[in-house]
Amino acid sequence: MAKAQKGQVRVITGNAAAAYGAMLCRPDVATSYPITPMSEVAEQLSAFRADGLVDTEMVEVEGENSAMNVVTAASMAGGRVFTATSSWGLVFMYDAVQQASGFRAPVVMAIANRETPGILAVSGGQQDIISMRDTGWIQIIVEDCQEILDSVIMAFRLAEDFDIQLPVMVNYDGFYLSYLATAVEIPEREDAARFLAPLKQQPERPKLVPGEPLSCGTHGIEMGFMELRYKHCAALERATTKLDEIDKEFGEIFGRSYGGQIEEYRTEDAEIVLVTSGSATGTARTVVDAKRAEGIKVGLVKLRLFRPFPRKRLAEALKGKKAIGVIDRSVGFGWNCGPMYMEIRALTPEIGIIPMLSYIDGLANLDITIPHIERVIDEVSAAAQGKPYQEVTWIPMEE
Amino acid sequence: MVIKHKFILKTENAWSDASEPLLCMDTGSWRTARPVLDKEKCNYCGLCALYCPPQCMKDMGDYYEVDLAYCKGCGVCAKECPRDVISMVPEGEFTDG
Repeated sequence: MAKAQKGQVRVITGNAAAAYGAMLCRPDVATSYPITPMSEVAEQLSAFRADGLVDTEMVEVEGENSAMNVVTAASMAGGRVFTATSSWGLVFMYDAVQQASGFRAPVVMAIANRETPGILAVSGGQQDIISMRDTGWIQIIVEDCQEILDSVIMAFRLAEDFDIQLPVMVNYDGFYLSYLATAVEIPEREDAARFLAPLKQQPERPKLVPGEPLSCGTHGIEMGFMELRYKHCAALERATTKLDEIDKEFGEIFGRSYGGQIEEYRTEDAEIVLVTSGSATGTARTVVDAKRAEGIKVGLVKLRLFRPFPRKRLAEALKGKKAIGVIDRSVGFGWNCGPMYMEIRALTPEIGIIPMLSYIDGLANLDITIPHIERVIDEVSAAAQGKPYQEVTWIPMEE
Repeated sequence: MVIKHKFILKTENAWSDASEPLLCMDTGSWRTARPVLDKEKCNYCGLCALYCPPQCMKDMGDYYEVDLAYCKGCGVCAKECPRDVISMVPEGEFTDG
């Protein structure tokens, strides 16, 4: 495909970037119930509608649970749909979230990640992603504002792909990215349309039409249910490589790509590897560069796809390394370690028995700082040399 | 893994236009007691059909017959029948169940 023209560069927040991404994909129906820190997404999208930039039907709802049900239903009727939420809002729609994926409704939802209920924390953290691990959605985690915008566009391509037909969450760190204003290149509408055009070439999904009797997701048990679960899991598996393909194609057109399922940074000749996700990756990258200058062979893997878990790509990237450090912005209850660490540890048969260190940091707006990441690299490096190490470290608790 | 199961559904999700049975459940197998109707005493008032939760009372013109493929044996029909025409007989007494 031909390259896209240079888009306008504007200084916008992460929330606005999510709204711009959605606007460029022209959803038929969108809705959202306000919640900190993502309310601005809905405000922006409503503003676009008011300005006549989109003809999206904005449905006013009385809560997040209704929001998810509205977009799921509109998706079953064949529409392109978008919504956004955070934390408590996401938890409040938990049943509807599972319904959406069970219905195989290609909903795209932007999530400004925030700590979940238990302790009232209007602050950033990835615990809400973790609580959605087993809902059957595709979960993408992004690093910066540009990636939010680009990932929302890619999410529509992925969700509505005939081979996938699954809802996608685009996660970005609340407070860190939601309110951070940076320069973002906004693609031209016709280029975004061109990127999404292949969706029109594929067979049409069945859809609900008034007056024509058709049902979806009706009660089923035993073999019918098992078959649907099997198909759902198979579609999730296909989504892994599909995301790589979509990301590559996006790169060819727009000149920006993010590695698909994971982004590897200086991992090729690395002896130790750091695994991060979200906005902390930017900090980690600068620390990796500094440590490289000191002669430490450290690499970085950014986990972009959390569900489906990028097992193959991660195993390839981590195989043959001497030690791995994983930084989580959430906790794995009952395991006393980071959830992403827990999952990477499950890849041991593929990557071999090596020291794996879990770091919990950055909960509830605590910053994942340069000294923190330096410490992680130093400890992982020492573990790689056979020195004794501590498996799990709650970094700020030791300061 | 070799999949031996023949897919019931052509689509990715449970879509149905009701032209063929979808995920049909043999709820009749849940029954522990079966409604037995005395055709002689039945005056075709229709209350059993009205109350039957899964609409298992088939209208036969001048009496009702139970659809045993789906009747779960809840006994609402027997309870509501003003003439006590329906009796709930334990499934163990039948050889076809």
